[in-house]
Amino acid sequence: MTAPGGDVLVSATDVVKHFPVQSGSLRRSRDVVHAVDGVSLEVRRGETLGIVGETGCGKSTLARCIARLFDLTSGKVVFDGQDISRLKPRHLRPVRREVQMIFQDPYGSLNPKRRVGSIIGDPFAIHGVARGDERKRRVQELMEVVGLNPEHYNRFPAEFSGGQRQRIGVARALALRPKLIVCDEPVSALDVSIQAQIVNLLSDLQDQFQLTYIFIAHDLSVVRHVSDRVAIMYLGKIVEMAPVEDIYTRARHPYAKALLSAVPVPDPKTASQRERIILVGDVPSPINPPSGCRFHPRCPKAQQRCVDEVPDLVPRLSDDASHLAACHFPVADGEDLTASRPTISTEDRVVEPELVGLEVLHGLSDRTEGGTQ
Amino acid sequence: MALLEIKDLEVSFPTIDGVVQAVRGVSFSVDKGKTLGIVGESGSGKSVATQTITGLTRGAEVSGQALFRGKDLLTMTQAELRQVRGPQIAMIFQDPLSSLHPYYRVGWQIVEMIRAHEPDTSKKAARQRAVDLLRLVGIPQPERRVDDYPHQFSGGMRQRAMIAMAMSLNPVLLIADEPTTALDVTVQAQVLRVIERLQEEFDTAVILITHDLGVIAEVADDVVVMYAGSAMEHATRDEIFYQNHHPYTEGLLRSLPAYGGERERLHPIAGQPPSLINPPKGCPFHPRCPYVFDKCRTDPPPPLDPVEGSVLHRSACWLPHTRAGREEVRLRVTGEALAR
Repeated sequence: MTAPGGDVLVSATDVVKHFPVQSGSLRRSRDVVHAVDGVSLEVRRGETLGIVGETGCGKSTLARCIARLFDLTSGKVVFDGQDISRLKPRHLRPVRREVQMIFQDPYGSLNPKRRVGSIIGDPFAIHGVARGDERKRRVQELMEVVGLNPEHYNRFPAEFSGGQRQRIGVARALALRPKLIVCDEPVSALDVSIQAQIVNLLSDLQDQFQLTYIFIAHDLSVVRHVSDRVAIMYLGKIVEMAPVEDIYTRARHPYAKALLSAVPVPDPKTASQRERIILVGDVPSPINPPSGCRFHPRCPKAQQRCVDEVPDLVPRLSDDASHLAACHFPVADGEDLTASRPTISTEDRVVEPELVGLEVLHGLSDRTEGGTQ
Repeated sequence: MALLEIKDLEVSFPTIDGVVQAVRGVSFSVDKGKTLGIVGESGSGKSVATQTITGLTRGAEVSGQALFRGKDLLTMTQAELRQVRGPQIAMIFQDPLSSLHPYYRVGWQIVEMIRAHEPDTSKKAARQRAVDLLRLVGIPQPERRVDDYPHQFSGGMRQRAMIAMAMSLNPVLLIADEPTTALDVTVQAQVLRVIERLQEEFDTAVILITHDLGVIAEVADDVVVMYAGSAMEHATRDEIFYQNHHPYTEGLLRSLPAYGGERERLHPIAGQPPSLINPPKGCPFHPRCPYVFDKCRTDPPPPLDPVEGSVLHRSACWLPHTRAGREEVRLRVTGEALAR
């Protein structure tokens, strides 16, 4: 994995994506789902930006906005120096060659009735790049690159296992030598032993073809492994964005802290020593997101200011310019969040009678050496 | 005596392609108040094994024994089984939305469960119990939410409702089949905490089926590792994580990204899991095993041989069953001297 340092390949500014929904009797009232609500970020050439967050936080929608699979409600996306946020489909075509996607479901993203060779060859056909024997040669080359047997050119997707199908998806994304690949939960559907194969493949390809990745996942340990920088989203907004180790070791936003502490660690010693922050309640509806900081109803540090004022995504405390957090009261180094309780009481707050407040789970306090296997 | 003891369980399903040998000789036991984790990848037979003992795999050919409090569940009639399923053994599944009936109120479904097994309980009393149960698992305003439909609950709340229903008859054994797989991590932490608390309170035994080694590390006392329908290793949690014997367990742990520390390449297990219609001869893991030798290709390893120097630890593998012997092979084959 190369260190980030290249020029900016993609920049998104104030991207907003709202989806209208109809509800109520006779579908009269028109609500709006605030899927992505003002997100700005940059991705540098050759880096991997991880985007994490829970179901419904808008990470996939954001990625699809950047890849222009969705029209933006407002905001701007600049790819390789060109503003692509308002391009018509015809003018988007050249951009499509440069931006490809890999999807989560290796079963749903391949047409079961078509042969693998023709699926991988699709990009060549659509963009008129290669035909006939030339196309076949290039498809087989790609199959070899991603670790598939080129002789399986005429097989159907059903004849491949989940991991192999994901390789087919990777080959298809790679066909036109894109600059950016948006990976939307590329390994979530795979078993761990297979997951590692695909993660390694993606990182080899990045080195080989100087690819830039936007890597979306809810598995925080995989994201930590592949990403140079990580953005954490909550209810349509980025709450924190920083180089990967900064996020994992000194998260500033209480939500980021809680999310990271909730990840089960496959190591009993670490698991028993870690203090887990258990959040109160559920994520509020994106139709009616809370005012101010959207995390305030569940936040142990929230104060009146968090209800009134939307926090900016800027460096906090003594962090350098690369570590941004959207929080009025960022968590200091070494601060113990597990001792505090939610402070703001609002009507829409879900109270957990059994689990009121932030619970500290001290495991077996076995004081053997710290956390390493 | 163990609460549940499974001996040589074999389950196969006849299909048009041939007989799928989903579970091939699995033995394990669970004690009161303990949590047994069963870990394995898709198709390893972990769900089929537990569904079979509760009589949920119709059309399967089953052999072996499943002694629950000394009685064999596999030879019980449906009527006898109904007396066990629910009041004594309760189950929760991965997908809480499809386990709840969308047309009926959540509370009604819990009431139905209670009254089906305790016909003497009045509707009013059963309803009150449903409210208490929902409160117990942390549903806010249970008096009001008891009349909600499942779609009005979030994913985490639905799984809590399922747990409430499962606990409504105070079972001695709770089988949780991937209970948090469909949930986000923060919700997963909440749900695992609820199960843990109930277990402390009622001394319930829990069989937790999962593919997530992180969850195992957090909650299991003992662990069974399954692969291709067979139990590969059975040991305490710490033995599994720090002194594992079976190469599959080792490979599974090595394929995870390290928590913190250096970002090196991951170490996947090469190859694919085998077909269960035509499982490989000998040890089912031999085609992917870095330690494979001739015997593994021809002779199936003895099911769960004890590992020297441990009470529980068992492994179905031909490698030496002494710690020193196993370590020597590890070093020789991987060449990673003193890596840990």
